[in-house]
Amino acid sequence: MDWKQFNTVAGEVFYVLIAIIFVLVGINAYKTISDSTKKKTTLAFWLILAFTFAVGPHVDGMVTGIAIVILAILTGIKGVVRGEGKALKEEETRRNADKIGYKIFLPALTLALAAVLLASFLPKMAGAVVLGFSGLAGLIVALLITKAKVSQAATEGVRLMDNVSTTGILPQLLTALGAVFTAAGVGEVISSGVSSVIPEGAKFVASAVYCIGMALFTIIMGNGFAAFSVITVGIGIPFLVMQGANPAIVGALGLTAGYCGTLVTPMAANFNIMPAALLETKDQNAIIKAQVPFALCMLIIHILLVYFLAF
Amino acid sequence: MEIVKLIGVLIVVIGFAIKLDTISTVVIAGIATGLVAGIPLDELLRLLGEKFLSNRLATMFVLTLPVIGLCERYGLKDKAVDFISKIKAATVGRIALLYQAIRVLSSALSLRIGGHPQFVRPLINPMAQAAAVTKYGDVDEKTEDQIKGLVASAENTGNFFGQNVFMASSGTLLIVSTLQEQGYEAVTALDIAKWSIPIAVISVVVAALYYSLFDKKLDGRLLNGKKAH
Repeated sequence: MDWKQFNTVAGEVFYVLIAIIFVLVGINAYKTISDSTKKKTTLAFWLILAFTFAVGPHVDGMVTGIAIVILAILTGIKGVVRGEGKALKEEETRRNADKIGYKIFLPALTLALAAVLLASFLPKMAGAVVLGFSGLAGLIVALLITKAKVSQAATEGVRLMDNVSTTGILPQLLTALGAVFTAAGVGEVISSGVSSVIPEGAKFVASAVYCIGMALFTIIMGNGFAAFSVITVGIGIPFLVMQGANPAIVGALGLTAGYCGTLVTPMAANFNIMPAALLETKDQNAIIKAQVPFALCMLIIHILLVYFLAF
Repeated sequence: MEIVKLIGVLIVVIGFAIKLDTISTVVIAGIATGLVAGIPLDELLRLLGEKFLSNRLATMFVLTLPVIGLCERYGLKDKAVDFISKIKAATVGRIALLYQAIRVLSSALSLRIGGHPQFVRPLINPMAQAAAVTKYGDVDEKTEDQIKGLVASAENTGNFFGQNVFMASSGTLLIVSTLQEQGYEAVTALDIAKWSIPIAVISVVVAALYYSLFDKKLDGRLLNGKKAH
């Protein structure tokens, strides 16, 4: 078996594992949600999603396309809600913590380290396979340290996936949206508009427009991921990467440039507004006010880094 | 009338801004854009389906969840609290900085230590407020609010600028899959993680400067007539 075959086979195995987690989330939701309609629509969401992951590659792409539309309808009618997992109890985690101690940091560290090592020493291994095996390595260490059963690992995975809920597929969906934008020629439209602002070959101006664009779009939308998809296709690729900038550097700095916007926008309520309520601040914008100088400073640094590192 | 192709961008911007359901907003934006550009519906659905499938990598973070969930159940948060509460720092700024740095490092290592409800409210904010009271005596409401803002900012900046250093974080995977989809197939998660290190480190440096300025400002305002300890 060569690398290509191995990557395909192993990759599909890991995607089937993800599909199994989705199915378990759906079943758990069905069992624990009391609303008789929502329990069905929620189950349907997770089963259809699992289907796309496990079966999707073996059938016509249109089937998955239709499945996505159904998923969007299910979330659009607010039909997908969270189930109830076995919540963490403080006494329980405290007792476990006292027993296991700082060793409990090891599984996650194994996971992160295994990913770096596999990617460095087996460069031919596909990204998904690297992450799958490192997840497995982390899991083995976790099971050894906690002496938990495999089924409990599944239960905990389901609990967290249920917490992440439907937004978990947002990155994947946004990437697909980026592809549709590209096929439709959206990038060219944005770049022809922006090219009046960015003079031919003006790398510094392009770096600035890219970073500020990311931040501005994030401020408006409250979501850095969505901004990233649009601005990368419209500005990052035509004005930076196609002018010779390193795509990895442009990409990495693009998302964090967007986060500079997240720091200053009330649209990102769960980072800036809800925590203020949680801390019982008198001024509901106390967190944003603390973050404005920081964000501005970081944004300027982003522009400089894109300009000096990427070119 | 090329400009109508931007309809999808408009839908995404408005949909997210007015907090419509994110999944349906994205799907509607994709379909609207494709139709406006003259792609037949069946081809458009196929394109959407195929691109969704070819980017399953972006959802690979799911396989890290069982590990992280188990660690949480077996006391990850409790041990992090044990560790952080041992920190001895005399000023608000230094507590915020230490927390920010720990947050950056732990996000980079996929240790999910952090969160406003889990750490900032029960631990970091009380530590910072106590440091202020020890140093300045009673603090007024405005200062109390500013301290809360500062420690909450440490959580956010540590989280945002550290997370992409971890290869399986959803942000990193979004970047990788977007670039690969746009034709830059040689870009890997390791590249993105590596190139996220500079900004992670810089965020700690900026935090150090910013938070020490904050300490100085508090000193100037609240140490009037009092002797510095």
